[in-house]
Amino acid sequence: MASNRTKLNYLSKLPNRGRETLGISTRAREMALKTALGLMLILALAFIALPVASLFLKSPLDATIRSMQDPVVIDALRLSLVTSTLTILVVVLMGTPIAYVNARFQYPGKEIADSLIDLPVIMPPAVAGIALLMAFGRMGILGHYLNAFGFSVAFTTLAVVMAQVFVSSPFFIRQAKTSFEDVDMAFENAARTLGASRFYTFFHVILPMALNGLVSGAIMAFARSLGEFGATIMFAGNFEGRTQTMPLAIYTAMQGDLDVSLCLAMILVAISFLVIALVKMLTRRVHKNAGS
Amino acid sequence: MLEVDIKKRLRDFHLEVKLGVAEGEILMLVGDNGCGKTTLLNLVAGLQTPDKGRIALDGRPLFDSSLKVNVAPETRNIGYVFQSYALFPHMSVFDNVAFGLCTRKLSRKEIDYRVKDRLEAAGLWEIRNAKAVNISGGQKQRVALARALIIEPGLLLLDEPLSALDVRAQAAMRRNLRETIHACNVPSIIVTHDLRDVACIGDRACLLERGLIVLSGGADEVMSWGAGPLSSEIGRVPKSSSG
Repeated sequence: MASNRTKLNYLSKLPNRGRETLGISTRAREMALKTALGLMLILALAFIALPVASLFLKSPLDATIRSMQDPVVIDALRLSLVTSTLTILVVVLMGTPIAYVNARFQYPGKEIADSLIDLPVIMPPAVAGIALLMAFGRMGILGHYLNAFGFSVAFTTLAVVMAQVFVSSPFFIRQAKTSFEDVDMAFENAARTLGASRFYTFFHVILPMALNGLVSGAIMAFARSLGEFGATIMFAGNFEGRTQTMPLAIYTAMQGDLDVSLCLAMILVAISFLVIALVKMLTRRVHKNAGS
Repeated sequence: MLEVDIKKRLRDFHLEVKLGVAEGEILMLVGDNGCGKTTLLNLVAGLQTPDKGRIALDGRPLFDSSLKVNVAPETRNIGYVFQSYALFPHMSVFDNVAFGLCTRKLSRKEIDYRVKDRLEAAGLWEIRNAKAVNISGGQKQRVALARALIIEPGLLLLDEPLSALDVRAQAAMRRNLRETIHACNVPSIIVTHDLRDVACIGDRACLLERGLIVLSGGADEVMSWGAGPLSSEIGRVPKSSSG
């Protein structure tokens, strides 16, 4: 209060020109700050948008349409969609109970289990590929025994799915765990006192309440498995129609037919946009439900 | 008749409670925050387990450490109204009330008939299709009570059932709550902070302090506890309060 009064006294003593100068300099500083922030934002957006836009701008339409019918593109697209769908089925079926247990219960070694689940997120994909090879490859710790029974995992379509499950499962499990944690224990307790078993409570109360978060996690995991490259090429190899998924086909086509490469890249960008839109829509619904 | 004689070690103190609630009697449980009131309800409902002791309802042991009996909460047949009401947000008012009957695998026709009956009696039939998150606080309280009563419980537990309502709604609900519970004729325990609830709803009251019942008596005797630890609470009770 006192300082405001001092400031007012000071302003009243300033000549008219001095007061105008003070106002203009404050406004100019604000303008400069806003301009600098605006420029930074435009630069950051351009850095992301330019390469994506270049993909579309550098692909002639007729060549793209022609490439769509290329067997390499069709095989890669089919294989990617099939393996990613299988991956999501495995991740959801395996990850949902794990996420629920980690969200609700305490058990010895829970911290270690949590860290282990998150490990593939920070592990370089190529390292994940070698690790899978060392475990399930022909000479691997488990693969050695599987091979003795005439069952080979590495360099098959199954290996593609395994590599995708390995790298994408943390994306689902982490999101699912958060969604289960967000369901207040009071709902679970209320259901139990109303005669519902744990099983009935899970399927009729907890799962519907956590569903949006679970779907959002599954979409993120699907997108991650669709873009998987490093672990797949190390563990499953790069065989057209069998293990050559879209990212691998882009890499291979780059050395010969750029049009095929660009066509596949555009399909992946389109899927990425769709994934972002779906996740945003679901996240908004989750927030709306939580808010109400 | 509910008989409770249990011990449980909590973080800061031991909960040690021995009490009985007769058929049709409403016991009001009062005490400061963190004194163990909600824990006691959870122990009786089977949502938490006592370290030792016995809980029996109409002679049937629900928990008995010496006999190693611990009946699961879903088979205790206890109606529990939670402080937050815990209405399932993804279900309609109708489905919330029907939930306890669906778990008992009654026929659809029987469920529809009984839910309609209960909702009409509670004045909730008009909002049967509304999502539980979109109704007012007073309606939520009535839905939660209807959901707990429709299973025809042997015991009723209510955790601060009026705390989420505004003062005007509380006054109206007190009389309604007492009448509804008395009509069921089952033993009831109501946890509250507000001595107006004790005076207007309860038949008997217990004061819980750090896990121990330090005072017990008729609900009308609560005012005479003024010299004790509740004096500050009693000071808040308006003399004209009639619920």
